[in-house]
Amino acid sequence: MSPADDRIPVYTSAAPPTSSPDELRARIPGWGVDLDLADRPSHPKEQFIPTGAHWDFPERQSEDRPRERSIEHQMLTPVFGTTAPLHGLSGVIRRFAYARFSEARAAHWLLLMAGDRVEVVESRVQSLAAGRPDNPIIETGVKAEAAHDGYAARRDSNRSDVRHQWLDPIIVGWPWLVAGGIGVIALRALRLRRRRS
Amino acid sequence: MRAMTYRGPYRVQVENKDVPAIEHPNDAIIRVTLAAICGSDLHLYHGMMPDTRVGTTFGHEFIGVVEQVGSSVQNLSPGDRVMVPFNVYCGSCYFCSRGLFSNCHNVNPNATAVGGIYGYSHTCGGYDGGQAEFVRVPFADVGPSVIPDWMGDEDALMCTDALATGYFGAQLGEIVEGDTVVVFGAGPVGLYAAKSAWFMGAGRVIVVDQLEYRLEKARSFAHAETVNFTEFDDVVVHLKRTTDGLGADVVIDAVGAEADGNFIQHVTATKLKLQGGSPVALNWAIDGVRKGGTVSVVGAYGPIFSAVKFGDALNKGLTLRMNQAPVKRQWPRLFEHIRNGHLTPSDIVTHRFPLEDVAEAYHVFSAKLDGCIKPVIVP
Ligand SMILES: [Zn+2]
Ligand SMILES: [Zn+2]
Repeated sequence: MSPADDRIPVYTSAAPPTSSPDELRARIPGWGVDLDLADRPSHPKEQFIPTGAHWDFPERQSEDRPRERSIEHQMLTPVFGTTAPLHGLSGVIRRFAYARFSEARAAHWLLLMAGDRVEVVESRVQSLAAGRPDNPIIETGVKAEAAHDGYAARRDSNRSDVRHQWLDPIIVGWPWLVAGGIGVIALRALRLRRRRS
Repeated sequence: MRAMTYRGPYRVQVENKDVPAIEHPNDAIIRVTLAAICGSDLHLYHGMMPDTRVGTTFGHEFIGVVEQVGSSVQNLSPGDRVMVPFNVYCGSCYFCSRGLFSNCHNVNPNATAVGGIYGYSHTCGGYDGGQAEFVRVPFADVGPSVIPDWMGDEDALMCTDALATGYFGAQLGEIVEGDTVVVFGAGPVGLYAAKSAWFMGAGRVIVVDQLEYRLEKARSFAHAETVNFTEFDDVVVHLKRTTDGLGADVVIDAVGAEADGNFIQHVTATKLKLQGGSPVALNWAIDGVRKGGTVSVVGAYGPIFSAVKFGDALNKGLTLRMNQAPVKRQWPRLFEHIRNGHLTPSDIVTHRFPLEDVAEAYHVFSAKLDGCIKPVIVP
């Protein structure tokens, strides 16, 4: 037995062997060029780096409409995004999440998630009412399955997403199933009442 | 202008939108010449990030030409060819003045726990992103840089997030000479992290994924050993076996919120969205690293709680390091590496889609069709 085979790693002080620096340097472009911590750009973690800022506190962007903010902020930040302002029922839910709960509270994030789901329904109804209903074929990009051979990507594959794909229609479809079920029950109840009267 | 817009989970389209306006004296308007879809855009696309609003435009990886500048902008002029870090940051707050550009306090009213990011939901400040013809860039004197003449467009585009984040991930691992480094995820960030681990003197680099075509890229681009976790009943045991029972010195999680491979985590996080992310890769990292080792997290997670195996991290005495990358801090060194030929970032770009086909681009990338690693959008 060579000394290398004698090692009992973990249970003694021996460490597993790796290739030598010379071998690695010859095989891998750039091996070891940043061995020195001083060459690594975010070391140390906190340090002053000139940023180009020529202000101590930036000028404030104007608040043209009330802008929701985390209650952990002491004021509206001087700069903020203005895309997609709050509106409708989803806006009410989101505004409540911001006004009432800090980022430390699960309710804050779960309400925001609820607002997201509500807004999707709102926007579907809106686009339908505007005569431009959503086109799921275009929006899901599912046409790419043919153009980019979706079958080949999944065939003979161990991909774990392929193994639980059967779940997707259930997860996506359960609200429709529940809504449909409630509809059927309501219709039956209505019919029953008519027959009785 | 034409812009990608979000319509709901798994649904996006191209719409006409107003060209963005200067809203602050240090704003610039950039005409986008190239944008990329990032793995973390998929978290938005799948509806996992709280306060992702219908009608918003995604895209935090983009380069372009300066179209217009606000009255206080000194460092840029119309016509400049610029690259823009994914971080929106002021350059002067408590955090920016200490180099923590990704943790700026002045740009995101919606949350204090995360800085500003282009096109990344209202949780990250409510800014529209660059998968469009034009984009508003706040603090134009701070974030953007003029692209060096010698640098190609796709190389510059990769520097705006994926390359900077991958390098940063390796750096957070505090790699010392001879370390065994395991990288979870052979997407763009994982590939760059594996490559960067060698720069820092790693003795062994092992990349773990489930997609064979990506592992092939890890071997050719990043010179790494590879492990396909679907071939093992328990990938942690396999990693221990290949490291003499010890575990890796450093493990980098370059997967984030949508890690697959554990049914319960997949359903509760990815499908039901009851977690801030499915921490499968992170838990494998915690269990696969050696005692006293370092776990670096650069995969993106949402703000909701995740079921992480914290007890193991405690009992093993691990160092956990993580952050969104402060992109611009990484640039000078990365530019040197590119110029010296140590790496060519654009090697991992696999697909180029016109903006009009953005829905198909998202589908191909999300469903991992056609060997897709990094899709680029051309407005
Ligand atoms: Zn990104
Ligand atoms: Zn700041």
